[in-house]
Amino acid sequence: MAFGPYLLLALMEGMVSAAVLALTAVGLSLVFGVMRVVNVAHGAFFMLGAVAAWYVAQTVPGPPVAGFLVALLVAPLLVAALATLADTLVLKRLNHDPEATIVATIGLLYILEQAVLSLFGPDARPVAAPFTWRLQLPWFGYSGYKIFVVLAAVAILFAVYGLMTRTKAGLIMRATQVDRQTAQAFGIDVNRVYTGVFALGAALAAAAAVLVVPISQAHYKMGADPLLLSFIVVIIGGLGSVRGTLWAAVIIGLGDGVISMFFSPTLAKIIATLLVAMVLVFRPQGLFGAKT
Amino acid sequence: MSIRAKIWALHLAVLLGLWGLQQVLPPYHANNLARIMVLAVFAMGYNIAFGYTGLLSLGHALFFAAGMYGAGLAVWQAEWTALPAIAIGLVAGGVAAGLVGLLALRTAGVSFMIVTLMFAQTGYLVILYFGAVTGGDEGFVVEAAGRRIFGADLATDGPRAVASLALFALALLGKLALVTSPFGRVMVAMRENEARSTMLGYNPFAVKLTALVISGLYAGIAGAAYGVMFGYVGANFATVQYSILPMLYVLLGGLGTVLGPLLGAVLMFYLVDFASGLTSAYLLVVGAALVLLVLFAPRGVLGMVRERWLKWLP
Repeated sequence: MAFGPYLLLALMEGMVSAAVLALTAVGLSLVFGVMRVVNVAHGAFFMLGAVAAWYVAQTVPGPPVAGFLVALLVAPLLVAALATLADTLVLKRLNHDPEATIVATIGLLYILEQAVLSLFGPDARPVAAPFTWRLQLPWFGYSGYKIFVVLAAVAILFAVYGLMTRTKAGLIMRATQVDRQTAQAFGIDVNRVYTGVFALGAALAAAAAVLVVPISQAHYKMGADPLLLSFIVVIIGGLGSVRGTLWAAVIIGLGDGVISMFFSPTLAKIIATLLVAMVLVFRPQGLFGAKT
Repeated sequence: MSIRAKIWALHLAVLLGLWGLQQVLPPYHANNLARIMVLAVFAMGYNIAFGYTGLLSLGHALFFAAGMYGAGLAVWQAEWTALPAIAIGLVAGGVAAGLVGLLALRTAGVSFMIVTLMFAQTGYLVILYFGAVTGGDEGFVVEAAGRRIFGADLATDGPRAVASLALFALALLGKLALVTSPFGRVMVAMRENEARSTMLGYNPFAVKLTALVISGLYAGIAGAAYGVMFGYVGANFATVQYSILPMLYVLLGGLGTVLGPLLGAVLMFYLVDFASGLTSAYLLVVGAALVLLVLFAPRGVLGMVRERWLKWLP
């Protein structure tokens, strides 16, 4: 294959990872922005979404597309319910203290991973794609499902954007993000907002996982890379800025796709992690955030 | 008895007790004890940063691995013997902590946690990337020649017990001297109220950096000793899990106490040992312990003992 088509393939692969990454990272970004909580268990929520999708695909009869659609609905709801439980039982009791919640969510991550390992087993399990149409380009064929993933992720992101900017719930969330105490003074139940945001963030991670699981596979350790990449994206985009997160997801997703294809994936990760550390040290508002 | 005498008597009694245990325990548990003491040295270092100075780091695996690889590679690539190898590990841990601290200490709180985590992750990936030199994912076995110290073979039980106790005693007394010294008080002052300590004329950056480097020296020598004593150096010692481990020991045993890390290491080691007899999912126990500690006992066992009864416990 010549260089041009090769680059095109790398960019298309990059778009897919960027879309999934954006979805996952926006969840993390919302939770950090509104609650000031760094949720280390976010990758575990992602993984749970994929595992739930596998179970749904096993139980729902009929063609793969039926199972897929049910999973896209059920998995985020299940994971959101679990996140609600975690917030009520643990994070609320810690008053959402930033440092204590990091330690607690690390514990949560271990608990969820090991529970899945015990119940689901150590094997990676494939989920059939809802359809097998291929896009035939002059140089190579490309999975139509991957293109669908990009479109679906964009649609969900637009829905989240609409929720945040056009609805009363979004207004309440933004008010809580800007000033928790003033929001409280205006009669907003901040604790309920926190629970809702935590559940929403988890549901977004789960939705991203349902989309990605026909491409990769369900595995109890699959949450580690999305977690790390989401962190990278959220920090480079500026902590708490959803718009910055989206831009960073596109750049990191494409960059990761291209660098991984032409160089070693390990090198790509080394560059990305170092970049995050340097951004936090020298430009804590992120590359796209304005100084406040 | 003066408070000072009481403190030294207590800690010497603990060391004596450990020596006594080594004489009576069956080999399996004696070996566990050696492992626990080396890990406790690592946790003591972590406690200097976290418990005393208030620096919650998620990157100590890097300092541990720096010590371990410093010593291991000196043996593997340059055929050094155990003592200089451990010395180079000590230095490597301190240098790594110094370099990370120079950058990471420009941030605080959550940012500090993430920056240290990212540096440690970079270190782990670098070990994988340069697999030709470091053995990559599989790691390497430390050769027999590199495990001899003054003619004694650390691969055998007796010398290993003596070496681990000697290292632990040195680390414990060093830490006791540190935290009871004026500088130790300044570290605690930084943790409690940075603005006021700055106003009193202490440079927060210099104090924190010094504390972090001392912490790194502990982690480095623990990593080096672990590699040389138990004969294996591998990339999994550089993963996040090895940053969480000392945090867990410190949280359990007692934040900002000299003996807490040892107590935490003993309790956690045998809890995991016990749990892995029942279930293979021992990380479940670690996770549950983290959540429960943070919820119900954020000061750890000895932290509570100090609050309730022994106010003089350092």
